Amino acid sequence: MSGLIGKKIGMTSIYDASGKNIPCTVIEAGPCVITQVRTIENDGYEAIQLSYDEKKEKHTTKALQKHFEKAGTTPKKISYEFSRFDAEHRKKFGEVIGVDVFEEGEFIDVVGTSKGKGFQGVVKRHGFAGVGDATHGQHNRLRAPGSVGASSWPSRVFKGMRMAGRMGGDRVKMINLQIIKIFPEKNLIVVKGSVPGASGSYLILERWN
Amino acid sequence: MGKAELIKFVEKEASVAKELPTFKAGDTITVHYKIIEGTKERIQQYQGVVIQRNSEGATETFTVRKISGNIGVERIFPIGSPFIDKIDVNKRGVVRRARIYYIRGLRGKKARIKEKRVR
Repeated sequence: MSGLIGKKIGMTSIYDASGKNIPCTVIEAGPCVITQVRTIENDGYEAIQLSYDEKKEKHTTKALQKHFEKAGTTPKKISYEFSRFDAEHRKKFGEVIGVDVFEEGEFIDVVGTSKGKGFQGVVKRHGFAGVGDATHGQHNRLRAPGSVGASSWPSRVFKGMRMAGRMGGDRVKMINLQIIKIFPEKNLIVVKGSVPGASGSYLILERWN
Repeated sequence: MGKAELIKFVEKEASVAKELPTFKAGDTITVHYKIIEGTKERIQQYQGVVIQRNSEGATETFTVRKISGNIGVERIFPIGSPFIDKIDVNKRGVVRRARIYYIRGLRGKKARIKEKRVR
């Protein structure tokens, strides 16, 4: 695989050669610094750690300051480990990886944290239909979940019963998003479709071969 | 660069620059729209009053309303669409708002829009 850490910039639309309007998301991807190399001898597995986005030194703990100093770079906001990184893009410790790991037209996966929706009922959270009727004697049960189980047997509610609760803020992966365009001079990647999270939130971009 | 600037950069780079006249709600315009039928391409004209311009940048659209056989027809065009061949401004109208939805409820003589005197 190869991957990068990025930031969601926002959405827009682009016309392709046949004049179709394509909804797409602009992602700022990299440049990422390799801040650690995991090896089988040392750690028991192979991976590289990428770091992205500038952070002020005064907001960085001493331990992390040294960690970034070792790689010969400035403190970064986010670090993430990528396992089984492609040999051709796998550079050395302390080197910088940019958008050149991807090519236009490729399909990538994008991981992010979805927007938090707060405490939501079952209709929004699980797609329940609610109670069908607003009239015929119905009263204040329009979006209620209905029965959650039988009575004396099993005398309990089964685990995993879908109910109201916190919605959103989950790790979500969008798979097979096509790269429409790459702007290496500004570190921008434009993918077809939407990606999870609010504008400005961090994303992990991966391409599996 | 801020996020909005980066989006504008992408929109500018990805779109083909096209010269369109300036027009706003209340203006009467003719949109020359390319239509592809099989392999043939022809140009259709659609004339009407601009009801609104919506959004900005590459996602901007405008709505054109006309009365076709006593039935109101509204058509929404994306401003960056490559199918728009050209736009003619036929009349500049005097209206007080940016979105003249009230025109939908008016018929005949009441639906007239005062023309701007161009000096």
